[in-house]
Amino acid sequence: MRSFRQRRFGHARSEGEGSQPGTPPRSLVLALVLACASLMVLDQSGSVLDPARRAVGEVVGPAQSVTADVVRPIVEFPDRLERQDQLRADLAALEAENDDLRSKVRTSGLDRNRLAEYDGLTSAAEEIGAALVPARVIGIGASQSFSSTVTIDAGSDSGITPDLTVVNNDGLVGRVLRVTSTTATVLLIVDPDSAVGARVADDMELGFLTGRGDLGGDARLDLELVDQTVVPHKNDVVVTWGSSQGQSPYVSGVPVGEVVSVYSSVRETSQRAVVDPFVDFAALDLVGVVVPSGTRSDRAVIEADGSLR
Amino acid sequence: MSAPTSTPTRTGRLRDLGAGRGPSRLTGLPGLGIARGAFVALAVGVALLFQTTVFPHFHWHGVGPNLVLLVVVASGLARGAHFGMVAGFAAGLLLDLAPPADHAAGRWALALMAVGYVAGRVRQDAPAGVGGALAAVAACSFLGSSIFALTGLVLDPGVGVPDLLEVVLAGVVWDLVLAAFVVPVVLRGLAALDPSTDRS
Repeated sequence: MRSFRQRRFGHARSEGEGSQPGTPPRSLVLALVLACASLMVLDQSGSVLDPARRAVGEVVGPAQSVTADVVRPIVEFPDRLERQDQLRADLAALEAENDDLRSKVRTSGLDRNRLAEYDGLTSAAEEIGAALVPARVIGIGASQSFSSTVTIDAGSDSGITPDLTVVNNDGLVGRVLRVTSTTATVLLIVDPDSAVGARVADDMELGFLTGRGDLGGDARLDLELVDQTVVPHKNDVVVTWGSSQGQSPYVSGVPVGEVVSVYSSVRETSQRAVVDPFVDFAALDLVGVVVPSGTRSDRAVIEADGSLR
Repeated sequence: MSAPTSTPTRTGRLRDLGAGRGPSRLTGLPGLGIARGAFVALAVGVALLFQTTVFPHFHWHGVGPNLVLLVVVASGLARGAHFGMVAGFAAGLLLDLAPPADHAAGRWALALMAVGYVAGRVRQDAPAGVGGALAAVAACSFLGSSIFALTGLVLDPGVGVPDLLEVVLAGVVWDLVLAAFVVPVVLRGLAALDPSTDRS
């Protein structure tokens, strides 16, 4: 403390003489650099810093929540203007498409069988007994951090615990990393650290999906199949493999994306497929966290049968 | 690029904004140090909220401005390397721990610490006008993001260097654009808390 003061005084005096004012003492530089290094090592080797993260999250989370609520109407305003005309066009297009689809279902026995399969899948989803806690994305980490994580405005008060699956109406979003009482941090599947057990829906082959780290519309996942003799086909749909009880990360049967290209690596003697995720990660907003049925929550929970509780 | 007539006044103003001259600023009011700390803490908090919640709506390929870094640069420009470095360390630590961060804590702390230090040295070595401040922002943005990226390469490799460079450079452009709004506010706020800048 004393030397600190002395230095400050020293600088103040010498400032007029053009020496280096405000320069930190070497010991302080060293101490802070060492602090950074030890923090990195501590955090890398275990979960020592989780209480600190949680404490900061408890403060920052609600503030993010409030800011997001303020910003949302402003950001969505241009959309709303466009929407009027767009909705009308969309309606016409969808009606035409619907008629088309309906006639196809009537005429084709194959399609009817497929439909039955989808119904089966839906009922299977009901059998999981999972419910969804709705949440909104309130904070997104910038790409400069090279990790794809977002904050959602539901936390342990809403019945959310780490490792739960996060989905939206398009498909799999990610999993919960850690929670505070009002917010949760979600690791997106496009993160390079994310690995999802996946299954090619058409031939039930198992594999692993890893992210590439980019968020935008061209976000891609890499699929590596366990059985390396199998070649996935283009447009095959990939779903999660996961556990049915939702205990481990990722419940099963959640659609993830579709295969857009396949290439074989001679060096690694394996087939790799590139998967285009269904979810648009650049425009994430409303998501659902898959919780066990009957979870106590401070907000409405969407049960497996579609009812609101 | 400004007219030669305006250059001296600008330079003079930045000096005024920046350096507190003479012992008076220290012997004067000890509470001012706390006030400055509180001001920077508030600025960092607001910057963090904007950075995580507002700017993701306007991102380019996921890259947004690093407003916290801009606040640290402004602190360094205003108060010198010592203040900038400590402010950078604290702000970086917040960035490391606040959701949705998931990288090893200490990485932004190290990066912003260096940024604060360099910004402070820039003020001492080359006290210039707007151009100088913008150059400092660009250099500091590149330096900060690069240090963060490099520690990432060491701690958990997996991202290619070309990707890193693209993201870092896009970040520099963002920071330069936003610097026009953030840096003057912080500089002015810190100047107001400096007794040596008498504006009677």
